[in-house]
Amino acid sequence: MLNLTWLIPVFPFLSFVLIVLFTNPNKKLSSGIAIGSVAVSWVLSWGVFFQSIAGHIGMGEEAFRLHVPWLPTGTEWFPMGVNVDPLSAIMLFMVPFVCLMIFIYSVGYMHGDPRYSRFFAYISLFACGMLGLVVADNLLMLFIFWEIMGLCSYLLIGFWFEKPSAMKAGLKAFLTTRVGDAFMLAGMLLLYSQTGELTFAHIFAPETLEKLAHTQVNLGFLGSLPWASLLAMLIFGGAVGKSAQFPLHVWLPDAMEGPTPVSALIHAATMVSAGVYLVARCFPLFTAVEAGPQLGLVAFIGAFTALFASTIAVAQDDIKRVLAYSTISQLGYMIAALGIGAYVAAVFHLITHAFFKALLFLGSGSVIHGSGTQDMMEMGGLRKHMPITFATFLVGTFALAGVPPFAGFWSKDEILADAFHQFTELGAASWPFFVWLFLTLAAFLTAFYMGRQIFLTFYGESRRPHAHAHESPKSMTYPLIVLAVFAALLGFAGVPEEFPVLGHLLGNPFHHFVGHGFPATPLNGLVMLISVAMALGGLFVAWLVYGRNPLKEGQPDPLIQALGPVYTVLRRKYYFDELYQATFIRLALWLSEVCFAFDNKWVVDPLVNLAGKAGVALSNLGGWFDRTFVDGAVNGVAAVVGWMGGALRQTQTGRVQNYLLAAALAVFVLLVISVVV
Amino acid sequence: MNFPILTVITFVPVIGAIVGLLIPKEQEKTIKWYSVAVSLIPLVLSIILWVTYDNAAGGMQFVEKVPWIPTLGVTYHVGVDGISVPMIFLTALLTTLSLFYSAYTIHTRVKEYFLLFLLLETGMFGVFVALDFVLFYVFWEVGLVPMYLLIGIWGGQNRLYAAIKFFIYTLVGSVAMLLAILYIYFNVGSFDILEATARFSQVRPFMQNFTAVSLAFWAFFLAFAIKVPSFPFHTWLPDAHTEAPTAGSVILAGILLKLGAYGFLRIVLPIFPEAFSYYAPAVGVLAVISIVYGALVCMAQWDLKRLIAYSSVSHMGYVMLGLAAAAASLTRGEAVTNSAAMALNGAALQMFNHGIITGGLFFLVGVIYERAHTRDLHVFGGLGAKLPYYYGIMAVTGFASLGLPGLAGFWSEFFVFRGTFAIIPIYAVVGVLGVIFTAAYILWKIIQYMFLGPFNEERWGKLTDMELFEKVTMWPLVIFMVLFGIYPTPILNLFNAATTALMGRLL
Repeated sequence: MLNLTWLIPVFPFLSFVLIVLFTNPNKKLSSGIAIGSVAVSWVLSWGVFFQSIAGHIGMGEEAFRLHVPWLPTGTEWFPMGVNVDPLSAIMLFMVPFVCLMIFIYSVGYMHGDPRYSRFFAYISLFACGMLGLVVADNLLMLFIFWEIMGLCSYLLIGFWFEKPSAMKAGLKAFLTTRVGDAFMLAGMLLLYSQTGELTFAHIFAPETLEKLAHTQVNLGFLGSLPWASLLAMLIFGGAVGKSAQFPLHVWLPDAMEGPTPVSALIHAATMVSAGVYLVARCFPLFTAVEAGPQLGLVAFIGAFTALFASTIAVAQDDIKRVLAYSTISQLGYMIAALGIGAYVAAVFHLITHAFFKALLFLGSGSVIHGSGTQDMMEMGGLRKHMPITFATFLVGTFALAGVPPFAGFWSKDEILADAFHQFTELGAASWPFFVWLFLTLAAFLTAFYMGRQIFLTFYGESRRPHAHAHESPKSMTYPLIVLAVFAALLGFAGVPEEFPVLGHLLGNPFHHFVGHGFPATPLNGLVMLISVAMALGGLFVAWLVYGRNPLKEGQPDPLIQALGPVYTVLRRKYYFDELYQATFIRLALWLSEVCFAFDNKWVVDPLVNLAGKAGVALSNLGGWFDRTFVDGAVNGVAAVVGWMGGALRQTQTGRVQNYLLAAALAVFVLLVISVVV
Repeated sequence: MNFPILTVITFVPVIGAIVGLLIPKEQEKTIKWYSVAVSLIPLVLSIILWVTYDNAAGGMQFVEKVPWIPTLGVTYHVGVDGISVPMIFLTALLTTLSLFYSAYTIHTRVKEYFLLFLLLETGMFGVFVALDFVLFYVFWEVGLVPMYLLIGIWGGQNRLYAAIKFFIYTLVGSVAMLLAILYIYFNVGSFDILEATARFSQVRPFMQNFTAVSLAFWAFFLAFAIKVPSFPFHTWLPDAHTEAPTAGSVILAGILLKLGAYGFLRIVLPIFPEAFSYYAPAVGVLAVISIVYGALVCMAQWDLKRLIAYSSVSHMGYVMLGLAAAAASLTRGEAVTNSAAMALNGAALQMFNHGIITGGLFFLVGVIYERAHTRDLHVFGGLGAKLPYYYGIMAVTGFASLGLPGLAGFWSEFFVFRGTFAIIPIYAVVGVLGVIFTAAYILWKIIQYMFLGPFNEERWGKLTDMELFEKVTMWPLVIFMVLFGIYPTPILNLFNAATTALMGRLL
C-alpha cells in the first residue's frame, strides 16, 4: 500500500483532466468521476494510514520515502517523491475523508447550477492539491501543490463570477496569499541555496539544522540572526497567508462568496490546514534555534489572531462569516501551539477542527439551502423544520466551543494545558503566559458566538415573512451525520493518559502515533476546569442574551446597544479592509501610474523621441550643408568649367585669318622669350 | 558528407519565398497554404534536430564550416548546442502557427506578407545557428527588414511611427555590435565565434585592456539589451507590439526578443566573462528594474495588447537577472557553479517559455480583436460565461505567464531565482516583488476586466467563441505550457548540459 502513496493525488487530478476535456457536458458523469476518484484516494489513504499505524512508520525510524530524479540542476538532480510519516499519515486520515463527504454533499447543494461539471473539476483539483501537498517529500513539491490550491481557491471563491463581490473575493484571496507566498518562496530558495537540498529528510537532518542554527546571517541595519531563524520566519510568511493569520487574514471571510461546499473545503480539509501543516512539517527548522525570535513570532501571531478574530466573529450577522472568523481564530490556536512547541496538540487540533468545521460549514450550507438566506437576523426557529441539520450543527457547536466530551474539547484543552504548563515553568512574563491568557479568553468568546449562532438560527420564531424552510436532501444530510459522529468521538483518540478511567482505557493513541519523541503534557485539572468553565460560561451568556428572549422580527441585536461604538468597530472588522485599501493597494496603483507616466510621458519615451527629433534636425542640418556647401562646391566647379568653356569658345571662330594671326603672335612671343632668356 | 540539416532548415524558407514569387498574386489561397507548407519543412527538421542531438556528448553538433570570404577569414560556420536546439524548434513552431493563423486573418497584400514572413524565418534561424560573426550579423539584419515592413504595412493606425522606431532602435544596436565585432576581429584575426571564445578565454584581455574590452562589452550589451529589451531601452517594444499585426507581435515577442537574450548567452558571457562579471551589478540592477517596473507599468495599461507588450519587459527581465547572476558567480569560485548553471537554465527556459506563453497571449489578443475591434479593457466584462473556451485558454495562458506551479512559466522563474538567491540575494529579494505585481496585472487587469463580472448583453451578445483554426493555433502552445509545467526535464536537460559545460569552461 505504501508504494502506492504517489497515486493518492493522481486520481483527483485525472478526474480534473477528464471532466475538463471530456465529460464537461455530462453533469452526472462528471460528479460521478469526481466522487469516484476521491473515494479511491480515500481508500488508498486509509490503507496507507492504517499500514503506517500498524507498521509504526516513522516512529523513531526513518519515514517511508519513494522518489525519482526529476530536474537536472547543474551537476546534480533534484528528486521528487512521496514521504509518509506520522504527520502525513494522520493528514491522509483526515483530508480525503472530509473531501469525500464534501463532494457527496455538493451533489445536492450544486444541483441545477449551470457550471455543475466545472465545479466538480475544480474541487477535484483542489483535493489533488491538498493530497499532493501532504505526501510531498520536499519543500518544492509542497510549494507546487500549495500554489495549485491557491489557483483552485481563486477559481472556486470566484465561482459565481458574474457577481462582482465573488469576483473580487477570488482576486483578494489569490493576491493576499500570494504576498505570503512570496515570503515563502524567498525562504525556500534561500534554504535551498544554503543547504543545496529541499528534501525534508535532508534539510531536517540534525547536522544540517545544527549548521543553520549556528551560522549567522547579516541583515544590515536589522542586525544579524541565525539562518534557521530567518528561514523559519520567511517560510512562516507562507503559512500566515494560507492560514489567514493576522495581518493577512483579510481574504478568508470574503472567501465565503464561493459556494458553501467550497467554504467547507477551504476552511477545513484543504487550504487553511495547509498553512498549519507547513509549520508542523518544518517544525524541526522552527525549533532549530531554541527560544529564537521565530518561535516568539509564531506564538504571538497565533495567539493574537485567535483572540482578535474571535472578537470580530461576535458582531457578524452572516452565518458563514461567523464561521469564517471562527476558523481564523481556531487556526490561531494551532499556530500559537506550534509557537510554544506544542506540536502534538497543534496537529491534534488541526485534525479535530477539520471535522467539526467541515460539519459546521456544511450545516450552514444546509441552513442556507433550506431557509434561503445567509443572514442570521432573518432566520430563527429552524430547529423544527430542519431537525437533522439542527442536531448535527449542535454537535459541531459543542465541539468548537470545547464542551466535553466533544472532539474540540480535548484538542483545545491540550493546547491550553501545554501553554499553562510552560508558563508555570517559565514565569508569568513569558510568551506561554500570554498565549494561555489570549487563548482562554478566545475560548470564552468562541462559546459565546457559537451560542449566539445556535439561538439566532434555530430557536425562537422565523424572523422572515413567508419563510418556507425545509430539510435538505439526503445527499446533504448524510455527510452531516457522518461528520457529526467524528466531531463527537474523535477527541477520544487524544485523551490524556492521566485522565480518570478514560485515559487508562484509551491510552492516548494520538500522542503515541504523532508525538513520538515528544513528552506528553501532564494533565492539569485546573486548566481543564477553567476551559470547561469558559465554554459553558460563553454558552450561558449567549443564552442570557439570545436564548432566554428570542429576537422578534425587526428587533435589533441587543449587542448593538450593549457594546456601543465597540460593536461598530467589531462589525467593520477593525477597518482592516479600509486600511489596506487606503495604504497598500493605493500605493501600488499610484506606483504603477507613476511608472507608466515616467515611461510614457515624462522621461523614457520623451528622451527617445527627443533623440529621434535630434536625429531629424541633424539630418536637416546636414541636408542644408549639403545643398549649400557640398552641392555649392560641385555646382561651383561646374559653373567655372562652363564659364571657361564659354570663354574659350570665343577663340574657336572658324576663320583661317584669325588662326594665322594667333599663330603669328605665338611665334613672335616665343621668339621674344628665347632672345630674352 | 552528412545531410546539412542546419543549412536546410535555415534556407528552406527563403528559397521557398523565392519560388513563391512565381505564384500569381491573385491566387491568395495557394500562396497562403504554400507558405504554411514550406514552413512545415523546417518544423519537422527542427524536431528531428532535437531528437538526434546527442545531449550526452554535448557541445556544438551538426557543424558545417566552409570558407566564405577567405581573404577576411569569414567562414560559413554553423552549428548548434543545447541552448540553440530548443530555440530553433521554437522559431519553427511559432512561425508555422503564425502563418497558419495569418492564412485566416490576412486579406490585404497577401503575397508580400507571406513571402516576407518566410524571409524573416530564415533570418531568425540564421542567428540561432551562426557561429561566425559576419554570418551572425548578416542574419541579424536579414530579420530586421521584413519585420519593419510587416509592422509598417500590415500594422495598426500608428504603424509608421512604430515601424521606424523599431527599425532605428535596432539599427543603433546593430551599429554598436558591428564595431564590437570589428574589435574582436582585430584581436583574434578571425570572425569565428568559437575561435574568439577560445582565444579570449586564454588571454583574458579584460584587465590589460580595460577600456577597450569594456567598450566592446557595452557595445554588445547595447545591441542585445535593445533587442531583449531591457530597461531603459524598451520603449520601442510597446509601440511595435501594439501596432504589429497579430502574427507579427507573436514573432516579435516569441522570437525576436530571444535573439537579444541569445546573444548574451552565445557571445557576451562566453567571450567577455570577466567584463560581464565586473559589470554584473549594473546589469542586475537593470534586470530587476525591468522586472518590477515592467510589471507596475502593466498595471496601468488599458489596452490589452500594450499590457502584454509591457509584460514582455518584465518577463525578459528574469532572463537578464539569470544572466547577471551567472556572470556574478564567476568571482565566487566553484561553490556556486551549480547555482550559476541553474540561473542560466532558468534564463534559457524563460526564453522558451516566454515564447510560447506570450506568443499565445498575442494570438489570444488577436482572437478578441478580430471580433470586438477593440482592445480597451474598460469595455469588456463577463465574457467568461459567453466565451467559455476562450476564457479557459486565456486563463491557462495567463496563469502560465504569472508563474503558477504546474505550468511552464513557474520553472523558469524558479530556477532564475534559485540561482540569484544563491549568488546575488539582494537582487532576488527585490525581484520577488515582481511575482506579486505580475499576479496582480494578469488576474486583475486581464482576467477580471475581460471575463468576470456582469456581461454586457446588448453590446457583446453576438460575440462567438473561438473558431477551430484559432483553437488549433493555441493547442500546441497550451500543450507545451502544461507538459513542461509538469515535467520540464526534456528541455531542461538540453539547457543544463550546455550551461553546466559553459560555466565549467568559464571558471
